[in-house]
Amino acid sequence: MTKIFKRQIFIPIAAMLALLLFNLIIDPSFFHISLTTNNAGDPVLSGNLISILNNGSELAILALGMTLVTAASGGQDISVGATIAIAGSVVLKIVCGANEVSVGIVLVAFLVACLVSMAFGAFNGALVSIFKIQPMVATLILFTAGRSIAAWINNNAQINISDPKFTYIAEFFPGLPIPTPFLITILCFIIMALFMKFTNIGLYSQAVGINENSSKLNGINPVFIKFLTFVILGLCVAVCGLIKVSRSRGITYSSIAENIEMDAILAVALGGNALGGGKFNMTASVIGAYVIQILTTTLYKYNISSAALSAYKAIVVIVLVVISAPTVRRKAKAVTDKIKANFARKEVA
Amino acid sequence: MKENVVLEMKNIHKSFPGVRALQNVDFTLCEGEIHALMGENGAGKSTLIKILTGVYEKDEGQIFLKGKDKAVVIRSPQDAQKLGISTVYQEITLCPNLSVAENMYIGRTSGMGMNWKKVNKDAEEILKSLDIPAKATQQLGSCSIAVQQMVAIARAVDMDCKVLILDEPTSSLDDQEVKKLFKLMLDLRSRGVGIIFVTHFLDQVYEVCDKITVLRDGQLVGEYEIKDLPRVKLVSKMLGKEFDDTTEIKDSSLIYDKEDAKDCVFEVEGLSSNAGIKPFDFSVKKGEVSGFAGLLGSGRSECVRAIFGADKVVGGTVKKNGKVIKITKPINAMKNGIGYLPEDRKRDGIVGDLSVRENIILALQVLKGFFKPLSKAEADKFADEYIKLLDIKTASADTPIKSLSGGNQQKVILARWLLTHPEYLILDEPTRGIDIGTKVDIQKLVLKLASEGMSVTFISSETDEMLRTCSRLVVMRDRKMVGEISGDDLNQSKIMSTIAGGENK
Amino acid sequence: MKKILAIVLMAVMALGLVACGKGKDDGLIKVGIINNDPNESGYRTANDKSMKDQFTKENGYDASFSYSLKNDEQIAAAQKFIQDEVDYLLLSAAGTSGWDTVLKDAQKAGIKVILFDRTIDADASLYEASIVSDMAKEGETAVAWLKGQNLKEYNIIHLQGVMGSAAQVGRSGALDATAKSDGWNIVKQQTAEWSAEKAQQIVQSVIDAKTPFNVIYAENDDMAKGAVAALDAAGISHGVGKDVVIMGFDCNKWALQELLNKNWNYDGQCNPFQASYIHDIIQKLEKGESPAQKTIILDEKGFDAATITADDVEKYGI
Repeated sequence: MTKIFKRQIFIPIAAMLALLLFNLIIDPSFFHISLTTNNAGDPVLSGNLISILNNGSELAILALGMTLVTAASGGQDISVGATIAIAGSVVLKIVCGANEVSVGIVLVAFLVACLVSMAFGAFNGALVSIFKIQPMVATLILFTAGRSIAAWINNNAQINISDPKFTYIAEFFPGLPIPTPFLITILCFIIMALFMKFTNIGLYSQAVGINENSSKLNGINPVFIKFLTFVILGLCVAVCGLIKVSRSRGITYSSIAENIEMDAILAVALGGNALGGGKFNMTASVIGAYVIQILTTTLYKYNISSAALSAYKAIVVIVLVVISAPTVRRKAKAVTDKIKANFARKEVA
Repeated sequence: MKENVVLEMKNIHKSFPGVRALQNVDFTLCEGEIHALMGENGAGKSTLIKILTGVYEKDEGQIFLKGKDKAVVIRSPQDAQKLGISTVYQEITLCPNLSVAENMYIGRTSGMGMNWKKVNKDAEEILKSLDIPAKATQQLGSCSIAVQQMVAIARAVDMDCKVLILDEPTSSLDDQEVKKLFKLMLDLRSRGVGIIFVTHFLDQVYEVCDKITVLRDGQLVGEYEIKDLPRVKLVSKMLGKEFDDTTEIKDSSLIYDKEDAKDCVFEVEGLSSNAGIKPFDFSVKKGEVSGFAGLLGSGRSECVRAIFGADKVVGGTVKKNGKVIKITKPINAMKNGIGYLPEDRKRDGIVGDLSVRENIILALQVLKGFFKPLSKAEADKFADEYIKLLDIKTASADTPIKSLSGGNQQKVILARWLLTHPEYLILDEPTRGIDIGTKVDIQKLVLKLASEGMSVTFISSETDEMLRTCSRLVVMRDRKMVGEISGDDLNQSKIMSTIAGGENK
Repeated sequence: MKKILAIVLMAVMALGLVACGKGKDDGLIKVGIINNDPNESGYRTANDKSMKDQFTKENGYDASFSYSLKNDEQIAAAQKFIQDEVDYLLLSAAGTSGWDTVLKDAQKAGIKVILFDRTIDADASLYEASIVSDMAKEGETAVAWLKGQNLKEYNIIHLQGVMGSAAQVGRSGALDATAKSDGWNIVKQQTAEWSAEKAQQIVQSVIDAKTPFNVIYAENDDMAKGAVAALDAAGISHGVGKDVVIMGFDCNKWALQELLNKNWNYDGQCNPFQASYIHDIIQKLEKGESPAQKTIILDEKGFDAATITADDVEKYGI
């Protein structure tokens, strides 16, 4: 039993259960899921839980890459919001440049966005790994410049795209009642899981994050591993960019995926991963991402303005960080031990 | 409390989850006494020290200090410092990015302001009086480990301490520096300071200490006057069995017979690196244990690092079986069958947060390649095999390596390289800071590996140890190779005279 | 060495300033334009474009532009323009306060200040004119239209912009007032901060809670678009003659197209084309006349899906 409490993944799961329990007590209809028909006449699932799975997708995908970057480089990429804008802008440039939206052109657009995002990831990665600049500082460059680059790609044009072949990506494929972003997220998990299984990225990035000297002496190339994690994050960014522009049926350069970098970092932290690098648990990060989304959806439900969301997130973070701090855990254990001892004494008496 | 007793610990108990670290331990320290605290790894020395310095809280027991009528409560290192208990740890606990003077005075002043001119001047004086080769304004990180250690001692000495704890202070110092330290310790003793000295070096214990307290498995074995406890007895007390210190290995007659192996596996010609060593030649013979001797900083580690590709090679060649091979990175050396156990275990060896299993398989895994991870079953098998083979004491293969004792950490690193089945294994200070039992284990293992045909280079600060294991010694002085000793010449005085640069015969 | 370098750099900068001080013999009117970041929204993009098209060499202007969403950076830019000795300072302020000092400096230097798009808290003597949209009026026009629809009941989802911005205050005020007086039911009133994604999530949460509604009053087009995406996914019809009335603001071209397609019902204009008004004022000032009014309110329309034409889309879409 105590083993479960000590596991890293316990913290985000406990947070998730606490939030769900809160909703269950206040309003059990929170959990209601129904099968309805959307305006295109296709059957779709709807309900708060579906909304959470749907809207949490980008964050969950981003958390995958951010976890790796954090593990290997001991820092975070704060430019992901801006590079999502770039990726989204690239997708729209190609899709809107075509005469007609087709599955092929969307696919081409996505692949080009992947290449562009990976290039920007490589730029960040090179600054961090080769030039040894702290990740937050290195990624500050694109954090500042990224949205202008995104606007420049499309000449600052306002784009509105409502072709169903494109909006399927963020909504529902005909005949599939599950939100497409969630399906994409699952696909990303599977790809990442296979990548972790069939390569040593997990072991290497952790080793590099924990002890770079030692890794080097064991034949690992820390520069390359750090670089690689940023490129992988770039790939995650491209997927997010595609979903985001499809979701908002266009792009607002200054506000698309705004502050998502902070949420992604928060997801990694909620997963109990050390932000200073080293050991990580990717599943925990992903659960952390959905915890944030549950919190967001819950707060929307109870009419709390989105401007105040960050304040609530901050409170949740403080609570979680305090709970997971070793001193508090020790104290808590001492208290429970005392109570147990008292009970035992009473029973004897 | 007796008149001259400065510290008395009574019936100390301490448990950690699943472990009884200390049971009913007593310890007494008198004024003007150097008191050795001895024991194998896991005996409870560190725990006792940490209780005394407020890092851990004791479960039971009492601590008395001279001048206080009641038992004192030590909840934090600050408490300990206020009570006049100062500590110098084995691992440097200062801030490398601050200056020497800042390190000496940080956290010790009252109020916020600080007169840095005065601080720097005071620090300079103390450094001078202790003969420490460092400037007050120098950044601590730019000093050698030895000097950093001495600064830590200077800091402790300057604090008006009644009890000074030295936890393995000599493990990174060379003989000269050890001498200076001893001079300082004797000086402090004459001033009435009680010194607790924790070390693995038996010689040093007999050189400076007055009393010895031996712990074993968390229990007190006893307190002895130094004259009543000859070495062999001390070792047997520590190990809990009769143990014939040095003779056992000598008798094992596993030492390489030079007639057996004429074939060179690796030949190094004119190798030099950016670490500043002069070009050197060296040959590695099959089944031979060779060694690099020399003082700290003489370039012995730099030589082997150059061979392994750990430093940037700037000249020279390495041949394997007569063919020139290119080693620019560690991975090149590994692919050519070379393994390297680095000098600084904590900095370059272990990957602290990873499990024992992951630490064991790391090098093999890298050799296999990025796209060929070992399966869970294989990793388990290898880890279990080597944990058993080297008798690594760990709760499980999943335990993070950083929670193991120093000796066991070293065994894990050793296992890591053995698992790659190298043709040539370089061991740089494999026995530093680890207990005597493990030391002997490692020495025996080296000889056994050599007898099975592996070439080994063994580097140690303890000449005894080198004499016991190596059949050929390269002597380094001032980053230059100054001689090679083998056969009948291989004895203490010859090595010393070569190191010192005196006459050759 | 460092000191020498610093001295050299300072000398170079001083020379640079002297060099900057020269010029203005070419008969062009020198204007310094301080605007918000054109990436901020479609409205701002159109606004910036109209300025750039108006203040060209051909029209007799030598224009410099500076963009920022931060008040302090804008103030710094204003100081730079004063040093550069521009003739006119055109300002769309990010924040309303903190401008007194710099505008007094401008006055001393004989620089005329014209505010566009946004007003500031400063004495009216410090600027020549201000050209603004009346956000409250925009709101009132929209709410009057909604009232004219004579719906059986009014259950409104109100998606607000960034709280405290002039557009939000004006557009929210009109709806709040009428909802109170006419007993309209606002089922959800929340800020989506001009963002389509956030609007979508908010509307989704209302749908998930199964609260009935028949009007979406979004304070800009993006939020209306996000709301429509949520409706589409839930199978709720919207537009002319459908279950839910969709209202937006800003008149983006694509939004007007949605009106033309009868997917939306109403779009309120927020006129970004202020450049021509400013041009007129400058011309008057150059002749030594003063503008007819200190505050000039832009003409702004509201479009109804039932009456909008393809020409309107071309003409008024931004």
